[in-house]
Amino acid sequence: MITLLKDQVSVGGVDLDNHLILAAGVLGTTGASLSRMRRQGAGGVVTKSIGPVPKEGHAGPCLIPLAGGLINAMGLPNPSRNFVPELETLSGEPVVVSIFGGTPAEFGEVASWFEGIAAGFELNLSCPHAEGYGAAIGSNPAMVRACTEEVAAFGRPTWVKLTPNVTDIGSIGRAAEEGGATALVAINTVRAMRISIDLRRPVLGNRFGGISGPMIFPIALRCVYDLYEACSIPIIGCGGVSSAADTIEMMMAGASAVQIGSAVYDDSSVFKTIADELYSPDGVPAAEIVGCAHA
Amino acid sequence: MRDGMPVVVTVREVIDETPTVKTLRFDSEFAIRPGHFCMVWVPGIDEVPMGFSSPGSITVQKVGEATAALTSLTPGDRIGIRGPFGNGFTPNGRVLAIAGGVGVVPLYPLAVNGSVDTFILGARTGTELVFARELSDLTDLKIATDDGTAGYHGFVTGVMDSEIDLLSYDTICVCGPEMMMKGILDRLSDAGIADRGQFSLHRYMKCGVGVCGSCTIDPEGLCVCRDGPVFTGDQIINSEFGTYARDASGQRKRV
Repeated sequence: MITLLKDQVSVGGVDLDNHLILAAGVLGTTGASLSRMRRQGAGGVVTKSIGPVPKEGHAGPCLIPLAGGLINAMGLPNPSRNFVPELETLSGEPVVVSIFGGTPAEFGEVASWFEGIAAGFELNLSCPHAEGYGAAIGSNPAMVRACTEEVAAFGRPTWVKLTPNVTDIGSIGRAAEEGGATALVAINTVRAMRISIDLRRPVLGNRFGGISGPMIFPIALRCVYDLYEACSIPIIGCGGVSSAADTIEMMMAGASAVQIGSAVYDDSSVFKTIADELYSPDGVPAAEIVGCAHA
Repeated sequence: MRDGMPVVVTVREVIDETPTVKTLRFDSEFAIRPGHFCMVWVPGIDEVPMGFSSPGSITVQKVGEATAALTSLTPGDRIGIRGPFGNGFTPNGRVLAIAGGVGVVPLYPLAVNGSVDTFILGARTGTELVFARELSDLTDLKIATDDGTAGYHGFVTGVMDSEIDLLSYDTICVCGPEMMMKGILDRLSDAGIADRGQFSLHRYMKCGVGVCGSCTIDPEGLCVCRDGPVFTGDQIINSEFGTYARDASGQRKRV
């Protein structure tokens, strides 16, 4: 398989140690956990999404492993502003703070708490199971643009994470780009549910949730491909990436880097595992393959 | 990734262990090692982590909404079980087990399989001692109650200090309230044998499988659900253990 030359990586204004980033919502609840993912090979990390007020999240079950993926409806649990001290020990590290809000002003308020701490921001405009947040906003181009503008005004790298649960992801990507996003992250989870046939009821406490992991990789790949056609800012591929081959495939679709989340379920050192296979001294520069499948 | 949908079990029997603690015996068994836990789905309420008291039962103390619902179940009711999860205890040599309150649950299967030589069982009061009769047949049982209504008048650490030669044990397995466990860890540390202690920790959990991060402990970021719930004393001696934990939103609170 083709390998990459290990070189300096900078995506959307954030300098990374490699192309493999910890995705939001996975082992990103505490500074210690984020540090552990860095030690285990993540080139950068994205925090659990932080909102304007503390939230406990949905009643359980919140996450169920399936054959080929994870279904979850966590419900955006987060300590809000009390997350700031969690990042004290990560100063200078490539830590991107994921934020959510119900209005552009709320996005701006949360971003202001982390202005001097975060290497960048990632707007969660894509959580599929939190009423009034996430995808409820992220499927409306005007709201996407307004929220992005509010956060981009801090002058820090601003990534926007998109939902696949829309008809035309390209139009949402363009709205984020027009709002000042420095990179797009595609995708968040795909709307999904499971029912316990014995109990005749949805198995998630929230009834519905989103699915991640290998079973959504082809969906994510298609979204990245579409965004590469529609937009001109860098794209970070996210959704089911669990191997070096997946990483290469995402890059060929147009991703400048990838985020990895669910794959930590099978291997908490997945970043190192992938990096060992992805890079070699005689590899090609990443720029040579990013978007090459569009030729 | 394997299918981890909850296994729906039917409650066959409800046993009153104490006025606040009940054992729910299921119609099916799980392949457990002592110290394993499961995520118990109480339909319509929540999902909570619980230790297995045997391959086919959990033993529950009423402390919150989900456990109140669990302790009011009757035979024929159905709940969902995900698991077994976690690492479990790995005792060797001569084993001392120390439990406080409902913390006896994950240690009980260890006594049942013959691994425990001496067992110190503590409770607030005599009527809240769980599995005392069974443990007295299986181990050299020593009892402590806070109010002195049974056994030693005081905490389990008082029994340790007065009746136990710590250095004569190769493994010390512990589960109970965190400050009780901290008191035990301090004694093991003072004796230079923190590494012989195996402590079953409790933290707020959501996923149970090492993904969400709700139960990670500082400063190493270990997941109680996946890397634990059993940790050796030297793993946790310089950690948040005994000082703080996090609630459902991830905010720190004193233990």
